[in-house]
Amino acid sequence: MNARRIVAVFGAALVAAFALPFVLPSNYAVNVAAMILFTAFLGQSWNIAGGFAGQTSFGHVVFFGTGAYASTILQVAWGWNPWLGWIAAALAGGVVGLAIGALAFRAGLRGSYFALVTLAFAEVFRILANSAEFTRGGLGILIPSDPRAANLQFKDPVWFYWIALALLALSLAVAAWLKRSRFGAQLAAIRENEDAARALGIDVFRAKTICLGISGAMAAAGGTFYAQKYLYVDPSIAYGVEKSVEMLLVSMIGGAGTVFGPLVGAAVLGGVGEITRSFAAGQGLSLVVYGAILVAIVAWLPDGLIGVFARRGGARRGRDA
Amino acid sequence: MADDAILQVRDLRAGYGPVEILRGVDLDVRAGEIVALLGSNGAGKSTLNNALSGIFRPFGGSIRFMGAEIAGAPAARIVEVGLVQVPEGRRVFPNLSVRENLELGSYRRGRANRARNLERVVGIFPRLAERAGQAAGTLSGGEQQMLAIGRGLMTEPRLLILDEPSLGLSPLLVEEMFALIRRLNADGLAILLVEQNVVQSLAIARRAYVLEHGRIALSGPAAELAGDPALRRSYLGL
Repeated sequence: MNARRIVAVFGAALVAAFALPFVLPSNYAVNVAAMILFTAFLGQSWNIAGGFAGQTSFGHVVFFGTGAYASTILQVAWGWNPWLGWIAAALAGGVVGLAIGALAFRAGLRGSYFALVTLAFAEVFRILANSAEFTRGGLGILIPSDPRAANLQFKDPVWFYWIALALLALSLAVAAWLKRSRFGAQLAAIRENEDAARALGIDVFRAKTICLGISGAMAAAGGTFYAQKYLYVDPSIAYGVEKSVEMLLVSMIGGAGTVFGPLVGAAVLGGVGEITRSFAAGQGLSLVVYGAILVAIVAWLPDGLIGVFARRGGARRGRDA
Repeated sequence: MADDAILQVRDLRAGYGPVEILRGVDLDVRAGEIVALLGSNGAGKSTLNNALSGIFRPFGGSIRFMGAEIAGAPAARIVEVGLVQVPEGRRVFPNLSVRENLELGSYRRGRANRARNLERVVGIFPRLAERAGQAAGTLSGGEQQMLAIGRGLMTEPRLLILDEPSLGLSPLLVEEMFALIRRLNADGLAILLVEQNVVQSLAIARRAYVLEHGRIALSGPAAELAGDPALRRSYLGL
């Protein structure tokens, strides 16, 4: 597909997605759709580092939580406008990403060692948030409800849907840029074989660190969205392992390192979540089904669900979709 | 020593943490020659390679390339000045296509002439042209080694370091590989050939160094070394 056609298709899909809430039957359905888009966005933030650069993280929640806390504390304790706080949160996530990247990559941690160290960072942040004064420990922070657009709070869930859509569109643009840019080519080389990438003169340390910074800024922006939607943050919401797993899961199921993988993964998991919830109360069943899907994907579709479309479309294999 | 050396290594000491592996290595590569660096496992060949290509900072000594000191410079800058390594073990990018692998070769150097170099490389390796759209991981071992070398050539190297290019290839392919190295050199490319395959390396090299326990134990014209009794004893079992 040439660039103009891609932009046209993308634009049409965006308009359709924008109009979707008008045909959805209920606020509940709009909410479900908003959370699918939001999960796709978070998945994309993971995918930038985990998929495109192959730096698998088990603790991406460290950025998500940092964003959620940053904007919430700035707002509640310092009286900042949450829109401004949102930008500050993204910056904070970017800084944490650069810092963790600089430490971990300078120490030469790769593969599962990197994954474990991110998990450790997330746990340390959770414990700190649980015990620090300015995060109000385990009590968490409540954002006073005052639904006005200027406060980044909305009564009608359709606004969160549109914001999630905008975030997702932005993240898809970042991913599409990575597919075509020099920086993206560096990351692909690093993912495929770090030593060979270095031998070709790619500054591996720099590229990986910057990549984690971008990824962290995106996940942190997601944290603010989450906090503004539920008007509450506590250590287990912000830094709990569940969100880390969710981000990783939607990317892996949809197709890590692809532009649309996280969206496909989020749609499938969101759909499965809704169906299982209608069968059984509580969380248990959906997790069982998630696990089964992940096992099946890893066993039979290592390129993710999107790999199926790519192959059928006669395109080159998986990663290219 | 010779003034026309493009690579000039003096008293190079390098290692890992507190362990010194290279204990004062002197080595020269002049324009247009093949120099073989021989040595058994553990002699320090990889350490020397890593120090030359900037992966590890040497403990001391000097590495001059094209007249400039590069000891301790970052790997990216060393590639930039044209000292390029093809790492051992055919490190291709397995899920990228052959063409993408080659294109990534001109990432740091040789970008302006990418199209022309690509043509040149597939001219040298016609097999790569046939497989241009195929994922590199699906190539045979010999083809992957050719791809790795081709990718190195895309950087327009002034000196190409080949790290064990014959490793793990069938005897027939080893022949082909050495013939190819000779052909690349015939076009004027200086090559530092790091090898365990003593006989074949000495057959194509102009000069050779033998590394033992982190020091150069023997050096000289390859033809002389091939007849050296000490070398024959320790490497050829004669």
